[in-house]
Amino acid sequence: MLYLNIIVAGLLTGAVYGLMALGLSVIFGVVRIVNFAHGEMMVLAMYGACLANAGLGLDPLLAVPLVTLTLFLLGYALQRGLINRYIARPDHEQFLLLLAVATMITASLLMGFGPDARNVQLGYAYDSYQIGAMLLDKVRLLAAAGAVLGAAALSGFFRFTRTGKSIRACADNQFGAQVVGLDVKRLYAVTFGLGAACVGAAGCLMLLLVDVQPYIATDYTLLAFIIVILGGLGSMPGALFGGILVGVSEALSGFLVEPSFKSAFSFGLLILVLLVRPQGLLGRA
Amino acid sequence: MMRTLTRRDFALGAAASGALLADVGRARAAARPIKLGSLLPRSGFEAQIGQSCQRGVDLARKLLPAMGYAVEVIDADTESKPEVARTRAEKLIRDGAEMLVGAFDSGQTFAIAQVAEQNGIPFVINIGADPAITEQGYKYVFRNFPTSVMLGSHGLARFNDLFAATRTSPKTAVLLIINDTFGQSMLKGINALMPKANLPFQIVETISYDPQAKDLSIEVAKAKAANAELQMVVTRLQDVIIMVREMVKQKYEPMGIISPGSPGMYQTQFMKVLGKYADYAITNIPWLDPKQPLARSFTAAFTKAYPDEVCTLDAGFTFEGFLIGADAYKRAGSAKPQALVEALKATDIKERVMIGGAITFDAKGQNVNLPSGVVQILDGRPTVVLPTENAEAKPVFPVPGWSKRA
Repeated sequence: MLYLNIIVAGLLTGAVYGLMALGLSVIFGVVRIVNFAHGEMMVLAMYGACLANAGLGLDPLLAVPLVTLTLFLLGYALQRGLINRYIARPDHEQFLLLLAVATMITASLLMGFGPDARNVQLGYAYDSYQIGAMLLDKVRLLAAAGAVLGAAALSGFFRFTRTGKSIRACADNQFGAQVVGLDVKRLYAVTFGLGAACVGAAGCLMLLLVDVQPYIATDYTLLAFIIVILGGLGSMPGALFGGILVGVSEALSGFLVEPSFKSAFSFGLLILVLLVRPQGLLGRA
Repeated sequence: MMRTLTRRDFALGAAASGALLADVGRARAAARPIKLGSLLPRSGFEAQIGQSCQRGVDLARKLLPAMGYAVEVIDADTESKPEVARTRAEKLIRDGAEMLVGAFDSGQTFAIAQVAEQNGIPFVINIGADPAITEQGYKYVFRNFPTSVMLGSHGLARFNDLFAATRTSPKTAVLLIINDTFGQSMLKGINALMPKANLPFQIVETISYDPQAKDLSIEVAKAKAANAELQMVVTRLQDVIIMVREMVKQKYEPMGIISPGSPGMYQTQFMKVLGKYADYAITNIPWLDPKQPLARSFTAAFTKAYPDEVCTLDAGFTFEGFLIGADAYKRAGSAKPQALVEALKATDIKERVMIGGAITFDAKGQNVNLPSGVVQILDGRPTVVLPTENAEAKPVFPVPGWSKRA
């Protein structure tokens, strides 16, 4: 039963990881830009949820629409006003641009909120459900449910809406999309906005699980990279699968081998996947 | 937000303690202030604790003149990096600093110590536990903080005091330990000292975890599975918050959580975030002596300036670092390095902020009068519960279960 507890905890955390990485995967899949400010954008969302809690008394779960919309607008503006100018430039220039954005976000958060960790005090923060010998952490369960809903909503958007289909067309063949009259620049901005919105939702959910500090962003950027490379860069189901895989494997390796070995295990998986299936587990060759 | 503390404010606080007021009366300001360079990790990953130390600097700036010491403090930020600590120390010396004080972290402290030796400028360590710092034969380095070996041995010694005072005797313990330089040096110390410490319990499992961990559910599940009576921890701040939160969720209730001398469970954030679940956590650590008049005045001034913060050893030791420098200058009557070093060697400060005998330094520049107290969180406040002569309250052990806390 102890193993079941460990696996379930890893599964639930992995779902939130998956939603976070989904944003990175969506942006790369369409715009072909690797967002090195991904973790910083999530930390920004976490602070947004903190502010919504402090100012409006909103539970981070209820703050999801507000924070998601804000991050969407921020992502849209960032792509439209800045990143679009770098689309045709060499990769290293794009890398430096997004690294600069990341540094500016961290520095601004540090100036605005200071170095102390923040969290939200919730009445149910310490609750857990006991089902036989299995303990289910309520917060983790809610966060995972939110992540699955968020991923389903995004998938529905791409599958059933006109804009979603246009974005997919752009991802498949950018030149063809231009030929049939799609406004590619606008679609890129919408895509970047959607990626940022995913991160926004993930940030609100993550705040249920961890405290936020400006300096934690880099870890999450790195984690998102591991997940999308494992799952397949550009693959939406791959991002979710990668998140769950990392969550469960970290939990099991932490328990069976050594807790300090958790991160090493994720990187080990990454190397293995890069060796035997470089396109990722669910990625297209 | 810091409230401006006037000299009058402090004098009023000091009036509550006759001894300190008498000291103020005796003191005479030196002809010109000595320039003390302060080096702390005010930004970077140690920013939180660096800011906690900085409060001790800001209070020293206000309080020392009221105590008759002439000081001018120049601040520098080490950015939590040894290489930055080195360049900032060099710059402080170029800017006229006549003595350096800092730097909380052992790595940064080492870098500064080398600069101090090369330039022949005295350096007083406020916090920094690596024993090697005072084993290098340095002539200009003085440390008013226990080494990790002292922390470990003094901390472990207090376990038996606690068990004797509460008539308890746990037989098994699980050790959760942060896997960083500090944690590893503490682990070595604990493993070496355990056989000699004559403790009633055996450590049945040691679980080390990643210092950057944001989730400790697996670690806590593993600790719970060990089924030990006592949980011993060596932590930093953020990780111990996550750890206790997980313990509550997983309904893991050992007899108590005790640290033999690590940060985390006495810090403001721990109590703010965890509320009633922070209560009864125990740390065996050098602490402010509630029975000393200077400590009471210092705590009163701290509370007045920072009403939302808890006065911890970070501020206490940092203040003492500046007190040591100012006192040496006053006795030396000169800011010449050699005169300051001779005065530092002859330091004998009896009225202290921290628990322990007079501040003195041995031949290596180490203060050996730095015992640990048993500090337990009671009603949301770190409270000295042992040794009895310094205690404000009696220890509570075994601690009430999570669901039994009001």
